[in-house]
Amino acid sequence: MPAVTETIETVQQATESGYKWGFETDIEMEFAPKGLNEDIVRFISAKKNEPAWLLEWRLRAFAAWKTMEEPRWAAVKYPPIDYQDSYYYAAPKQKVGPKSLDEVDPELLKTYAKLGIPLREQEILAGVEGAGSVPAEGRMPIAVDAVFDSVSVATSYKERLGKEGIIFCAISEAVQTHPELVRKYLGTVVPQGDNFFAALNSAVFTDGSFVYIPKGVRCPMELSTYFRINAKSTGQFERTLIIADEGSHVSYLEGCTAPMRDENQLHAAVVELVALDDATIKYSTVQNWYPGDAEGKGGIYNFVTKRGACRGARSKISWTQVETGSAITWKYPSCILQGEDSVGEFYSVAITNNYQQADTGTKMFHIGPRTRSTIVSKGISAGHGQNTYRGLVRIGAKAHGARNFTQCDSLLIGDLCGAHTVPYIENRCVSAKVEHEATTSRIAEDQLFYCRQRGLTQEEAVGLIVNGFCREVLKELPMEFAVEAQKLLQISLEGSVG
Amino acid sequence: MTAAQTGATGFLARYEGLKDHLPGARKPWLNQLRADAAVHFAARGFPTRRVEQWKYTDLAPVAQAAFAEPLTSVDGQVHLPAPLAPHRAVFVDGRFRPDLSSLDGLPFRALGLAHDLAEAEPHLGALAKPESEPLAALNTMLFEDGLFLDVPDGVDGGLLELVSVAVDPGRPFAFHPRHLVRLGARARLTLIETATGGGHCLHNPVFEIEVAEGASLTHGRMLQEAATVFHLSTIYARVAAEGTYDNFTVAAGPRLTRNEIHAALVGPKAACHMNGAQMAADGQHVDTTTALDHAAPDCASRQTYKTVLAGRSRGVFQGRIHVHRVAQRTDGYQMNQALLLSEEAEIDSKPQLEIYADDVKCSHGATVGALDADSLFYLRSRGIPEAQAKAMLVEAFLHEAVETVTDETLKGALTRALDAWWARQEAAA
Amino acid sequence: MLKIEGLTAEVDGKAILKGIDLEVPKGEVHAIMGPNGSGKSTLSYVLSGREGYEVTGGSATFNGHDILAMEPEERAAAGLFLAFQYPVELPGVGNATFLRTALNAQRKARGEAELDAMQFLKLARERMKALSMSDDMLKRGVNVGFSGGEKKRNEILQMALLKPSIAILDETDSGLDIDALRIVADGVNAMRGPDFSALVITHYQRLLDYIVPDRVHVLMAGRIVKSGGPELAKELEAQGYGAVQAAA
Repeated sequence: MPAVTETIETVQQATESGYKWGFETDIEMEFAPKGLNEDIVRFISAKKNEPAWLLEWRLRAFAAWKTMEEPRWAAVKYPPIDYQDSYYYAAPKQKVGPKSLDEVDPELLKTYAKLGIPLREQEILAGVEGAGSVPAEGRMPIAVDAVFDSVSVATSYKERLGKEGIIFCAISEAVQTHPELVRKYLGTVVPQGDNFFAALNSAVFTDGSFVYIPKGVRCPMELSTYFRINAKSTGQFERTLIIADEGSHVSYLEGCTAPMRDENQLHAAVVELVALDDATIKYSTVQNWYPGDAEGKGGIYNFVTKRGACRGARSKISWTQVETGSAITWKYPSCILQGEDSVGEFYSVAITNNYQQADTGTKMFHIGPRTRSTIVSKGISAGHGQNTYRGLVRIGAKAHGARNFTQCDSLLIGDLCGAHTVPYIENRCVSAKVEHEATTSRIAEDQLFYCRQRGLTQEEAVGLIVNGFCREVLKELPMEFAVEAQKLLQISLEGSVG
Repeated sequence: MTAAQTGATGFLARYEGLKDHLPGARKPWLNQLRADAAVHFAARGFPTRRVEQWKYTDLAPVAQAAFAEPLTSVDGQVHLPAPLAPHRAVFVDGRFRPDLSSLDGLPFRALGLAHDLAEAEPHLGALAKPESEPLAALNTMLFEDGLFLDVPDGVDGGLLELVSVAVDPGRPFAFHPRHLVRLGARARLTLIETATGGGHCLHNPVFEIEVAEGASLTHGRMLQEAATVFHLSTIYARVAAEGTYDNFTVAAGPRLTRNEIHAALVGPKAACHMNGAQMAADGQHVDTTTALDHAAPDCASRQTYKTVLAGRSRGVFQGRIHVHRVAQRTDGYQMNQALLLSEEAEIDSKPQLEIYADDVKCSHGATVGALDADSLFYLRSRGIPEAQAKAMLVEAFLHEAVETVTDETLKGALTRALDAWWARQEAAA
Repeated sequence: MLKIEGLTAEVDGKAILKGIDLEVPKGEVHAIMGPNGSGKSTLSYVLSGREGYEVTGGSATFNGHDILAMEPEERAAAGLFLAFQYPVELPGVGNATFLRTALNAQRKARGEAELDAMQFLKLARERMKALSMSDDMLKRGVNVGFSGGEKKRNEILQMALLKPSIAILDETDSGLDIDALRIVADGVNAMRGPDFSALVITHYQRLLDYIVPDRVHVLMAGRIVKSGGPELAKELEAQGYGAVQAAA
């Protein structure tokens, strides 16, 4: 059998069996009624015991959303979404502040165990007070905020982080404990009416993480949020806000999974990052929402608005994403480079297999002088997958000496998929320099043969070559996640490929 | 159509008024073609910037102007550029002027379209898409004349010039020539087009170009009208197996230039080369938009476009390469580079790849920058005056594109056009 | 032992190998010489299982196994190694990762324990030293940005690590200067022993001054037209292929 045909077939064999996170947790849940209206917005706000200003803020967003149309410019196709046929609030019923493992719903515990989150973290995730402030032997501690459907169920290492003045908690908690910070920054990077999905999120967001790193503090551990959609017919609308004060540094990672279902579920998150003078935020995503089955049935619709503002001089925001899941991905993590000498980065690997569609990329707005940005995008299409890089580099008139370098590479596996590159480059500054390169290719026969002659199987060879193709991006991930991401790439391409 | 499109309304009114008097008004097929185009144009009007393909080029000055039809005398004397070749077809304000043309002895038929519409029937409208391009709709609705070239199988047509002159009548006017070019199997032709003249006018030509099996068309264009002219041209080219379409366009003059090319490679081993240099000075806008369809296997395409912007000017490059599922072993390459000479210039670039076949080699690149300060200093340190040093660097920048031209006559003409533009900038500075 | 009988093969419907008969007994090094287009590279690709090289007749066995029925990686695991005339570049794939993955894949296929990173590095460094290769070649992408000589040395390094029982060297001498040639030859000679055999494919006699073969075969137009001892190579060098063809 010709090598390439074989590759294609191996890739086509990818079925839901490859998705190991597709189980459902049977746990008692509390739901708001289905549908979306002002009452639901009020319900969510009341449930979270929010101050009046936030409720008004939500209602303004909802009013804006009602006047907006769902964007259709992305190269993705899907049937109309019935926004009234979904739950906007779903939370596991749990006792307030369980004191020991015995008090935590065992189903919740099992869920985290199955998702591969280590035991000590698991205790913390389930909300056991006092546990887990000591890191496990030989392992870099990672603080985790776990969001289960609409609510954050626990956040670990809060105490340890608190000693440094770092705030890491659920955003609903931050609204109560640090309202001044939330009010100062919420919606300043992604305004309520920014786009259809951001407006929807602003109206109904239920939870998400809040991070504040004080001046001059280097966050001593990776911060991470683990998003899990579990309940049926439920959308997840989380909102994350990260503020890095002057001279601070933080690395944040998010991961996400969902059960396998025939229905499509909506995930419309908003992430806002603010970096002040000399601050650095590194935001990494390993997106592994359920992608749907081999026939394209089910899977998460992932419509996400992520944006960071480099407000301060010499600040830096770096986005790294490995997008392997979701039926549809619509996502453009962006940087507003306001501060002089600020730096924006976007490193992306996006895989579409079977009937997955991804329209993803970034926007780099160069406003301040000598701002620099780097974009490296690796798209891999297999099966009937459609993979689009869409990006904008805009250099304003005052961005003297601004620099951008963009590299977009696409790899096609099989002749039923598509790879598209849609970059927009807008420059109105004479001293700016912009370079953009894009290539499209497939795995060469001679590369496959070379690997096989050395004893690698077809699958191993494809896995090795695909990982090589993505190397520039994977090396940007924190070490532990890089290994996870590599495995995930192979699983996504497969049943098989590695 | 949105409001504030007095220009569009005016053109529609003109169509209603003239439709029984336009050339071919007694031919039902042509009436139908024009009527359909009018429906499309009425529905859309001039595209606004909300239309993706017009995101960076604002046609409001055209949409809002009131253009009359040209009232040029059919035998008046006009200033023509020096001839490049023995054969040339001359159009004044969009109308064929046999008296100024020299077509005798050409080894193929070259006629004014208005004089032989019956011959043109199978070809007119075969490629243009008035339903998707409003400017093609406008042209179809109102064209009066154009050049019809038909080079038979195996014939080497040599070199032919197409000269278009706009004569300033002192009030805004518009013309919409429709040019049809057909090359039979293994035929060859070099067509060098010069657009000159002035006045407040809209020159809105549409080309329909068919290149049959193994044929080769070299199409050089020098758009050098005055800085009062709106030049909006749309080219549709279809290339059969092993055929080649080469387009090289210099845009250096009009107030607004849109050089829009739709090329389709429909037979195996067809090739398309689209290159160009677009230059804009203060108050000018240049836009090159290409759409290349790789619709057959083993085809190759090359594009190199250079933009030079001085003063308060704006440049746009949009290039889309679409590789269809059947187009295996496609080899596509596109490069667009912009050189900014002024603080007030703006360049927008949107290269685009849409790939549906897996065994392809496709790439594009884009760069934007100013003249390299080190290079400039190096030249000046060797005693070369600043202006000359800049000229050398601009020439070097354009070199890569100009070098793609193999026809010496064409290369000479293009080089002169670029030099003339540069000389004008220096004189103005 | 490698035993080839009446082997015919075609590429794109064109017959290239027109009946090859050849035996390389265990422990022997044989050279195949021939002019351009005689089928030398085709023979190496057919034996290693490259796609697009269609076997139309005959057989090839290695230690009694029908290698033509095997996948390329199975042939590799069975101990067949091809040193490529044009080693392939694998951008982004680190040389160390590649070598270790290949070595462990073969060890696994043979039921041997896999090497961990430390064990592998120790082994690789040892072998590299012998080939005068610098450590940084382990960090670079496979053959990416390697000079011609570095690529060939990388092939020999792979051979030294994978320890095949038969190596096919496809014009490994092309593009090498005399020092590199010596290093490559030393690498091959170091492998020689009762359990290693090799098929050295070359256009020129030069390499055979350094890797002295037990037998020399002349391949012309898809057939072996003459076989002899090492002296045959010198004869060819002196008289050219034309003379052999005329005699054959």
